[in-house]
Amino acid sequence: MKKFIKEKGLVIPLNRANVDTDYIIPKQFLKSIKRTGFGKNLFDEARYLDKGLSDEECSHRPLNPDFVLNQARYAGGSILLAKENFGCGSSREHAPWALEDYGIRCIIAPSFADIFFNNCFKNGLLPIVLEEDIVNTLFEETNDNEGYGLEVDLAEQTILKADGSVINFEIESARKNSLLNGLDDISLTLLHADAISSFEESWQQKSPWLFT
Amino acid sequence: MAGKTLYDKLWESHLVKDLDDGNSLIYIDLQYIHEVTSPQAFEGLRLAKRKPWRSEANMATPDHNVPTTTSERAQGVEGIVDPVSKIQVKSLDANCNEFGIDEFTIDDPRHGIVHVIGPEQGRTQPGMTIVCGDSHTSTHGALGALAHGIGTSEVEHVLATQCLQQRKAKNMLVKVNGELGQGVTAKDLVLAVIGKIGTAGGTGYTIEFGGDAVKALSIEGRMTVCNMAIEAGARAGVVAVDDKTIEYLKGRPFSPSAELWNQAESAWRQLHSDDDAHFDKVIELEAGDIEPQVSWGTSPEMVAAISKNIPDPAEIENEARRGNYQQALVYMGLEPNTRIQDIKLDRVFIGSCTNSRIEDLRAAAAVVQGRKVAENIKEALVVPGSGLVKAQAEQEGLDKIFIEAGLQWREPGCSMCLAMNADQLGEGEHCASTSNRNFEGRQGFGGRTHLVSPAMAAAAAVTGHFVDVRNWT
Repeated sequence: MKKFIKEKGLVIPLNRANVDTDYIIPKQFLKSIKRTGFGKNLFDEARYLDKGLSDEECSHRPLNPDFVLNQARYAGGSILLAKENFGCGSSREHAPWALEDYGIRCIIAPSFADIFFNNCFKNGLLPIVLEEDIVNTLFEETNDNEGYGLEVDLAEQTILKADGSVINFEIESARKNSLLNGLDDISLTLLHADAISSFEESWQQKSPWLFT
Repeated sequence: MAGKTLYDKLWESHLVKDLDDGNSLIYIDLQYIHEVTSPQAFEGLRLAKRKPWRSEANMATPDHNVPTTTSERAQGVEGIVDPVSKIQVKSLDANCNEFGIDEFTIDDPRHGIVHVIGPEQGRTQPGMTIVCGDSHTSTHGALGALAHGIGTSEVEHVLATQCLQQRKAKNMLVKVNGELGQGVTAKDLVLAVIGKIGTAGGTGYTIEFGGDAVKALSIEGRMTVCNMAIEAGARAGVVAVDDKTIEYLKGRPFSPSAELWNQAESAWRQLHSDDDAHFDKVIELEAGDIEPQVSWGTSPEMVAAISKNIPDPAEIENEARRGNYQQALVYMGLEPNTRIQDIKLDRVFIGSCTNSRIEDLRAAAAVVQGRKVAENIKEALVVPGSGLVKAQAEQEGLDKIFIEAGLQWREPGCSMCLAMNADQLGEGEHCASTSNRNFEGRQGFGGRTHLVSPAMAAAAAVTGHFVDVRNWT
């Protein structure tokens, strides 16, 4: 699985609360059987002025000039700054796939929806939870300073600002370890294969109707 | 020692091992699979040269992409016009074949929406842990199971290991006291809950729905409620097992055999919270205060009672919330303070894993019987949740009632809930929908969704706007 160690990048501010996964990647793009190629349809309905079709070339489509991804100052951005309850709604993992495929490495928000938050870690994408007032300050600073960037260090659990000040963030150590080392969850779980089999045996004794 | 909640019991009985840092390895009894969130999981399994840990612990069906018109469905998979959708459905068939997984294909008379067919077949049982690559997996909690949505990577993980690495959530009790009024349904109850606690009110919790009003609901009603637990942010919702649960499970195709039934029933009856169980949060509502609900905005929490008006953002103190409301009203093309009953509609959709079971169809049919769809309604669809629901409805003559009234009687599938097939709203169209999400673009590019109960959707179909179905004659 993809590693995340550090990311130094331009910040893209998405000033919208409760961004749901339909907004992140609309349903027609879920028809793909691949894990890649979703980046061009990230935030599709807000980003383009026309309706996007699955399996369509996007380079000729009319862009919404008001949408943040289409503004030159945010081109090449890799750190998404977001508002509360980011990623709510559907469990579609296509949402982190689209973000990752676009080039986002890290998302900073005051809160995330559960399933989306979980899915990020499966894809080398680091979601960082910060206090609401800190996030609001970052929004202001991003807005006021073209070229605003941050440097995220997962091992240190720090975010370094251009002025040298540091924001600390929390992260569960198992998740941190997984990202730093690009660990494959399935291989890790299969290390406990004996425990799983043993559980299964005793569970089957207790609830035999579940194993017919 | 403090008593345990139902969630505690379900969690503990499936704990394989505690891992580092508060994570645990949880055994999964059953995984439901559909065509949209599984192809990459099967591909991963294939690439890693792994086999499913337990193929028989999986059950599949294509539901999101399938067309619902009878003519297209008559041709099976070949009837799927969209080539990309066709590939996805064919991939599911091929994958299930390759990995030995039971599938109700598009031609199977038992086929339907995954969260409708599972309980209907008796595959969903109390005391199970159940997952699916779909957030409305919470539906199955109605039968006293621990059920929640997962992403595709976790679908692959469950296929390969029969387990999930998880952190235990907190316990929330949503207690609905008293009795729901005439014409007020499970759908209104859960919309009222979401209206109260918000779309993130349940984040980090498993919600147990309890109280007299929940106990009074049928199993189908409980499924409607648990289905929308995720819309309040809770991955899983549960209802304690009682006589209704036991009755529901009797004689279903996959229910325990005669020899094992007594043992199973006895285990199932333990599946309720202890009297002294501790909940981290308790929310209470009075059922008698709940009116039929209508969502007016772009989040399930933006709901109002039928007798009320669309709120005025100017009156909202919280700046962020005010902004959200303003944005929602712009998208919906609605003005503050408009009466809910004055919202004019273009289409009606009766279906989805929230409300497409036989009781929902009966309720809708009772409202439209002898009436006709209003002139301003371009299209009103009724999409039964499964082949068996459809067959039963036809046996009861419900299809004729709908068709007589000018509604379209379709084949099962997710249909206009998320509009991945051809059943979509046009830009700017307002739809009375029995589904679960009203996000921007959910039912079609620029589409405007209003979430309601089946009876409310049916009444809207016939009058062309929202009405208080409690006054319906």
